[in-house]
Amino acid sequence: MDIIVCVKHVPETAEADVAIAEDGKSIKTTELVYDINEWDDYAAEEAVLLRDKLGGSVTAITVGSEEADSTLRKCLARGADRAIRLTDEAFEGSDSYVTAKILSKVIKNLPFDLILTGAQASDDGCAQVGVVLAELLGIPHATMVKKLEPKDGIVKVNQELEGGLEEIMELKLPAMLAIQTGINEPRYISIMGIRKAMKKELKVLGLKDIGLTEEEVGESGSWIIVEKMFVPSVEKEAEILTGGVDEIATKITETLKTRGLI
Amino acid sequence: MKELLVLAEHRQGDLRDITFEMLTKGRELSQALNADLTVLLLGHNVKGIAKKLTDRAKRVLVVDDERLRNFNAEGYQRVLSHLLSERKPLLTLVGHTAFGVDLAPSLAAELDIPLATDCINLGFEGEKLVVFRQVYEGKVNVRASLRKSESYIVTLRPATFEIEEVKPLGGEIVEIPSPPSLSDDMSYKRFIEYYQPPAGDVDITAADIIVAVGRGIRDVENVPVVEKLAKAFGGVLACSRPIVDKGWLPSDRQVGASGKTVKPKLYLAVGISGQFQHISGMRSSDLIIAINKDSKAPIFRTADYGVVEDLFKVVPALTDRILEEKG
Repeated sequence: MDIIVCVKHVPETAEADVAIAEDGKSIKTTELVYDINEWDDYAAEEAVLLRDKLGGSVTAITVGSEEADSTLRKCLARGADRAIRLTDEAFEGSDSYVTAKILSKVIKNLPFDLILTGAQASDDGCAQVGVVLAELLGIPHATMVKKLEPKDGIVKVNQELEGGLEEIMELKLPAMLAIQTGINEPRYISIMGIRKAMKKELKVLGLKDIGLTEEEVGESGSWIIVEKMFVPSVEKEAEILTGGVDEIATKITETLKTRGLI
Repeated sequence: MKELLVLAEHRQGDLRDITFEMLTKGRELSQALNADLTVLLLGHNVKGIAKKLTDRAKRVLVVDDERLRNFNAEGYQRVLSHLLSERKPLLTLVGHTAFGVDLAPSLAAELDIPLATDCINLGFEGEKLVVFRQVYEGKVNVRASLRKSESYIVTLRPATFEIEEVKPLGGEIVEIPSPPSLSDDMSYKRFIEYYQPPAGDVDITAADIIVAVGRGIRDVENVPVVEKLAKAFGGVLACSRPIVDKGWLPSDRQVGASGKTVKPKLYLAVGISGQFQHISGMRSSDLIIAINKDSKAPIFRTADYGVVEDLFKVVPALTDRILEEKG
């Protein structure tokens, strides 16, 4: 089974201080640590697990600048056979639609049975690339996939719905599956593992190689253009309890007592 | 006259809340635009649902077809691409739900209609459609505009627009036939069945006091630190999604959009950053207290009281204090 996994190199912002950059349309990135998008990490692990079970190959693809090589190297260390990075100055300002367009131009010339990607990215949270890509390639898709089982030209998947419910669907291969977190346990990738995988192929392609014009990519090819980024105004803010740890514990306890919760 | 379409979302015979949320926002937008508000309902044997929708829109378009009985992005897309090409609504609203994320991007790509997903607000400024979204895990908001087009698709974040009470409008139900494209070979994607994972031994939705643990706990070996606090309260231990993903607690302990919705008297969130999927499962709790060392964590926008401190210091101190209090 030949599998393509689309990954994204993103800043870790969950526990970091995030500040708006001077252009007012992006965030300051110098202090941030970048890594593979969490959902894509599960997708890459799933791709490697499937390949180990069924044979075939795993190709990791990303759209991004040179820094994104570390995310591809991580995929190679995990067990991907080769990696492709798509990059060009003209890609600047591309939205999810353009990203999917760029990916589709390269993927359509590769042999594949399955495309995996994360159900969303932690930076923009659009949850679009995989599904748009499937449409551009003319193949069926399923999102929020929690379980998958390929067999005889078909893949059976569990798609996560709300409230703990799942729906079981069958798709004809080739298909695109957008992976939900928790589908597997991504293995730990050591620095040593990344070094060992340095010999594996990492190809870099640009706009001319993929057959798109400048107008079709970047802001001019996009559906949506960022005008401004800002820190959300606070409609409701928690009353912050301050003091030493014991003082805080006492304040919480008193609050709960007055409400009859203790 | 311009038209604004809302795609009704329903499952197993019930309309989902997101439908009413979209209709609330849709009504406001349609008034501002002087446009018709139309609901689109796809399904099979959906007369009862259609009737309910007539309270909130002047026109309910119904496509009733056996092949649309269960949601399947493939069949829905065929019907919608036909209807959108024909009617050219200025704006189509879809929920940013499991159902919407499976459908909207491929529909938009097929028709090359500009799409914005997971929006928390939107409006037209003249001819320009402006949307607001959250990025970087809820820490930053974006104002963005869509490429000029005669049609747009926007998916709305669930539990964001408060459902307004309305006087029933008594709208008309218009049945329209399924397009011929639905008869084509639909075997690319097939619905098999719904699956409800078996319930565990604890029903967190019945608890008065919930202590929930999140990613901040760092390691499975630390979970008992928070569990002790839950026990001291006589409450139950729950968690956010990452804890279930890592296999540290069973899925029936998960609070949030893909887990349980809870409304306890006290919800104590420990080491939970507060992604909207989690918030939507606990925001109706009577009292919310959050402990997180990141003062910018979105959870503090929902909590009544916040503690910006290392949970490994606060939680044991609070546990001791509660046990002392209870004797």
